[in-house]
Amino acid sequence: MEQTQPTGYYFAPPSHWPVVGSIALFFMASGGVLLMNSYGVGWIPFGIGIFTLVYMLFGWFGTVIRESEGGLFNAQVDHSFRWAMSWFIFSEVMFFAAFFGALWYARQYSVPWLGDLDNKLLWPDFAAHWPTAGPYRPPEFSAMHAWGIPAINTLLLLSSGVTVTWAHWALKKGDRSNLIFGLALTIILGVTFITLQAIEYGHAYSELNLKLSTGVFGSTFFMLTGFHGFHVTLGVTMLIVILFRSVAGHFKPDHHFGFEAVSWYWHFVDVVWLLLFVFVYWL
Amino acid sequence: MSTASHTHVSGALDDHGHAEAHDHHGPPAGFTRWMYTTNHKDIGTMYLWFAFFMFLLGGTMALGIRAELFKPGLQFFDPEFFNSLTTVHGLVMVFGAIMPAFVGFANWLVPLQIGSADMAFPRMNNWSFWLLIPAALLLIGSFFVPGGAAASGWTLYPPLVIQQGISVDMTILAVHILGASSIMGSINIITTILNMRAPGMTLMKMPLFVWTWLITAYLLIAVMPVLAGAVTMLLTDRHFGTSFFNAAGGGDPTMFLHIFWFFGHPEVYIMILPAFGIISQILPAFARKPLFGYASMVYATASIAILSFIVWGHHMFTVGMPAAGNLFFMYATMLIAVPTGVKVFNWIATMWKGEMTFETPMLFAIGFLCLFTIGGFSGLVLAIVPVDITLHNTYYVVAHFHYVLVSGALFAIIAGIYFWLPKWSGKMYNEGLGKLHFWLSMIGFNLAFFPQHFLGLAGMPRRIPDYALQFAEWNMWSSIGAFIFGFSQLIFLYNVIATIRSGKPAEQKQWEGADSLEWTHLPTPMPYHTFVTPPIVR
Repeated sequence: MEQTQPTGYYFAPPSHWPVVGSIALFFMASGGVLLMNSYGVGWIPFGIGIFTLVYMLFGWFGTVIRESEGGLFNAQVDHSFRWAMSWFIFSEVMFFAAFFGALWYARQYSVPWLGDLDNKLLWPDFAAHWPTAGPYRPPEFSAMHAWGIPAINTLLLLSSGVTVTWAHWALKKGDRSNLIFGLALTIILGVTFITLQAIEYGHAYSELNLKLSTGVFGSTFFMLTGFHGFHVTLGVTMLIVILFRSVAGHFKPDHHFGFEAVSWYWHFVDVVWLLLFVFVYWL
Repeated sequence: MSTASHTHVSGALDDHGHAEAHDHHGPPAGFTRWMYTTNHKDIGTMYLWFAFFMFLLGGTMALGIRAELFKPGLQFFDPEFFNSLTTVHGLVMVFGAIMPAFVGFANWLVPLQIGSADMAFPRMNNWSFWLLIPAALLLIGSFFVPGGAAASGWTLYPPLVIQQGISVDMTILAVHILGASSIMGSINIITTILNMRAPGMTLMKMPLFVWTWLITAYLLIAVMPVLAGAVTMLLTDRHFGTSFFNAAGGGDPTMFLHIFWFFGHPEVYIMILPAFGIISQILPAFARKPLFGYASMVYATASIAILSFIVWGHHMFTVGMPAAGNLFFMYATMLIAVPTGVKVFNWIATMWKGEMTFETPMLFAIGFLCLFTIGGFSGLVLAIVPVDITLHNTYYVVAHFHYVLVSGALFAIIAGIYFWLPKWSGKMYNEGLGKLHFWLSMIGFNLAFFPQHFLGLAGMPRRIPDYALQFAEWNMWSSIGAFIFGFSQLIFLYNVIATIRSGKPAEQKQWEGADSLEWTHLPTPMPYHTFVTPPIVR
């Protein structure tokens, strides 16, 4: 049997983090089920689950960071991470595709069909215009205006794509102060985006009477922008982690996949936002 | 980072370069071996045992269904519980038995067949497995909450599923967790195949099992998030006032069908492509000939995967899609017969003039070939819109998908277990019991499901605990067949356990015609860590 040299690929030793993560999700799911069905006691398992999940994330990612900084990851391991992150982002794209698909189906099919001749008997007064809250006792509401806060948010996220690239170029040149400065700017832009989004939601609920329960328009509007906002929040959290790591002297000009993974993710939420701006706010 | 922790983290499988030294490293002792493991063989074993347990559980539910349907009238269950049985039977078999069994095969075989020491991400691999446990607890636990388990059918259609109780939330969150497990498992498998192959193992030299899993993993990553989106919309429609599937708010229950089947149709190929891979390994081994048309097999698999994204509408010909939509989905569906036909042709051509012997894996593989083809043909029948309009929601559909999922996916899994068990356990199973298992399964399965074609053609609807008197005779035979099939699986369970405990030692190359790396390059029994130094493939 012919053999080559060992590859030096780092295979992780036994670890308890996966089981901890499973326990966390079990508690979160059980608590979530109880809470959604108005059993207040659900906060206890839900809280335990969240706490355990955060503990697991710190522990597991901490281990990976120590391994990376300890020089255990060779080029092949790095390559694995790149494949994995790309496929993970592809799965996220497909998740958003389901909700964009729902928006498209509602606008293209279900709403026009509800307004067609067949349904005149059932809903004589229903005019099938978008935005709509449906034919049954629709509340008075207004859609979000695209050229106010959403346009500002578009500028913020696009700029943050630039600042994170600025940080990346600095990292590749070994310019740590510009790396930290670029990252900090990106985080500030991200946090401003989330804040404006929260203000926009407040405006929607208090002045536009636009709510999650405002028919299919409210459903698609809040679920799409809400999941996007959640992803931005995750992205900001990840950016904060790599900011701390950059301050602590982690990453090298030729070995910084952790940084690149976060920037890929950040560009992904950026692209999703552009689609949201066009299809949810503008058109 | 301290030196001590460095030694610790690099302890399990490091880079000193002495493969022999590692052969003495056994697994760690105690139960934490299984909980904390990062070894692809251990994780594969856990997946397979989990799948077998869920298979027996889901099978028990199926026998409950068949007991109820043994004769007309209500025997044992009220209709609501009967519907819970059909629902959870489907979910358990799809997400708990068939899919985990194939992931178990992938864990065992992908690293061995491409000459890698392990999966690319061993810890995430273990998490993919351990996520199955909370999901299974939620799914099974839903039987014991007020209102009983979800009774909507495994497809979870609104509006019924919007109105049912707490168990639906448990089911939805179980699906979320299973989806996370599948996505992580698939990312791991794809990365392993793309990045961990031994020198010389080019893509077109990979065994077909590896190819089918590469494509399956791609399908999983593409559609599991869509399912997650669909069930999330169900959840918000149930509890947070959204109107995705509520016409009063401008939504449409049919929208759920579209999103669900955009996941659902690739999902059925997710459950059959790895079976194609297993069969494509077994038939050449026992025909003692190389696989006929290797490249066309790869292209056919990829074609089936791509086509699977544009045929979902054939599950919903009766919901009132525009005629143009129905026609498109009909023709697209029929197109799938082309690559599938290529595969069946290649398998037959592989056996043509081969020096065949008929050990248990080969019997199950030939059983697969005959019966899966029947399931494929009844699928073509159902693809024809005017025919489907009369057969929709009848037992003909039930017969069709059990021919592809039981005598297709499951027979391939059983064939694969018999084929690789000697390699995995280092011991040989009892051939006589294996053949008994095959013939009882074959007879029981066909007796259970072939008459369901007749029942469906005669108009018997699915998911109803009672039926008109003219359906009585075939239902009786179907139930008898189901019980023969179900109980013959206990022979399988006994055979596997007896093999592991006290089987005769197996040879390195137990099957003369087997030619993938695990047979040609590795001893039997295999060491705990294999291919620490990758082989050179020519």
